[in-house]
Amino acid sequence: MSQMPSAMVAAAPASRPAAVPVVAPARRRALAPLEPIGTRARVLLGLAFFVVFVLVWAIATLGGFVPPTFLASPPTMVKEGWLLFTEYGFIGDIGMTVWRVFGGFLLAAVFAVPLGIAMGTWKAVEAFFEPFVSFCRYLPASAFIPLLILWAGLGEMQKLLVIFIGSFFQIVLMVAVTVGGARRDLVEAAYTLGANSRGIVARVLIPGAAPGIAETLRLVLGWAWTYVIVAELIGSSSGIGHMITDSQALLNTGQIIFGIIVIGVIGLLSDFAFKAINRRLFAWAAL
Amino acid sequence: MSQNQLSIQGVSRVFTGAKGQRTQALQPIDFEVKENDFVTILGPSGCGKSTLLRIVAGLDFPTTGQVLLDGQRIEGPGADRGVVFQSYTLFPWLTVAQNIRFGLRERGMSEADQKERSEFFIAKVGLRGFENHFPKQLSGGMQQRTAIARALANDPKMLLLDEPFGALDNQTRVLMQELLLGIWESAQKTVLFVTHDIDEAIFMANRVAVFSARPGRIKTEIAVDFPHPRSYTIKTSPEFMEIKARLTEEIRAESMAAAEH
Repeated sequence: MSQMPSAMVAAAPASRPAAVPVVAPARRRALAPLEPIGTRARVLLGLAFFVVFVLVWAIATLGGFVPPTFLASPPTMVKEGWLLFTEYGFIGDIGMTVWRVFGGFLLAAVFAVPLGIAMGTWKAVEAFFEPFVSFCRYLPASAFIPLLILWAGLGEMQKLLVIFIGSFFQIVLMVAVTVGGARRDLVEAAYTLGANSRGIVARVLIPGAAPGIAETLRLVLGWAWTYVIVAELIGSSSGIGHMITDSQALLNTGQIIFGIIVIGVIGLLSDFAFKAINRRLFAWAAL
Repeated sequence: MSQNQLSIQGVSRVFTGAKGQRTQALQPIDFEVKENDFVTILGPSGCGKSTLLRIVAGLDFPTTGQVLLDGQRIEGPGADRGVVFQSYTLFPWLTVAQNIRFGLRERGMSEADQKERSEFFIAKVGLRGFENHFPKQLSGGMQQRTAIARALANDPKMLLLDEPFGALDNQTRVLMQELLLGIWESAQKTVLFVTHDIDEAIFMANRVAVFSARPGRIKTEIAVDFPHPRSYTIKTSPEFMEIKARLTEEIRAESMAAAEH
């Protein structure tokens, strides 16, 4: 009873009845809407999903509910993955895919970011390009693959171009929106401090939009990963996508699943790295 | 000293809405400000007093009339008129020192001179030790002190302030008034200060211009003759109370007129 809140003690009459219930302190309800949860609970719940997923998968395959031709069991998948690395030089395929993603993505970013900045800054530039870019944004990059094969052959250029088309227009539009959404009061303040148009672009619009641009690039890099696999599924002799098509021909679902998981893991790692770099570069934005 | 530095001549402003409807924000205004004078513009919210300040700053343009600064027609914003806004307009990606140096850098001042000037003004507004803080790490009062230092570092001919302390709590606001007045008393500068706070308008100004309800015009001008340097104690003096009573009546009539629209 020593933990009784003092207010209650004070309010209680001198000769207290024996049966005063001990009141537990009020607590936040864990499942109430928008109620935050602890870090430990978050990590455990995140891991729990994968445990449940693998468990269901194992029961379905090892229990004989799904024929092995359609879906390999988890142990088979791991074994096939090991074979991929030791027997089939899978690391080379991974290297090819990673180079294509980053190559195509960087190529797109180098051209798209300046164009996006120009569109966000000058309304005339925006009016000129915006309808065309918006139109192109809805063209599926994969639909260009047959055309690109005709134009660029089956070489690396064709793969890079698929990623370029898939990324370029997205980056342009998102960067233009970010730059165009600059705080007008900061622009006005800069003018009253003696900045000219060049100063406004170089030292107000671009630094202000930089965290948003970096975030756009992070998002689009994620999409580039989906384009690269599609590009490799058709007319390719290397890369993770090519390995998946080969495995399909051999009905090796273990290798297919392993390939998909590798793509996910690499994507996750690059995303983490990108996030960490952005946090470092733009510490002010997170304040 | 007695030269008219700023000359507002027949300035009016009509805003045209999306559907072509016209709103008159300012009736034609004639107003003169002498060099090194401290003038406050007092008026109810929405009366157009900020519009007038923005026109002087060159951020908005008059529908009729013109504004002259030292005989030169104002055609746009420039470093000769430092502005402090009500919203916090420090560049969030720059530190306090970098914010203060922004204008100096834009005008191509040497690194050494930038450093010297920024250090001087950091000391002047009492922000020593916060040079490397980002704006979001500062309180509202400190952000506005940085904004004042940033505007002053450029050594403008005029300082224009648009309700700079409007978002601050009352205690901080009073301290900021004393800080700004102290700066003005030590280094004379022409100041045009827009506010809706009567105490603030009287305490700081040599002259209070009372704005009417929209469409705005200058309804009355009252000279405030308290000697400088002023102490906060004048706020409770009978003379102060008398001016305050008069201005309260003036503003009240305008606020009621504004509420009827």
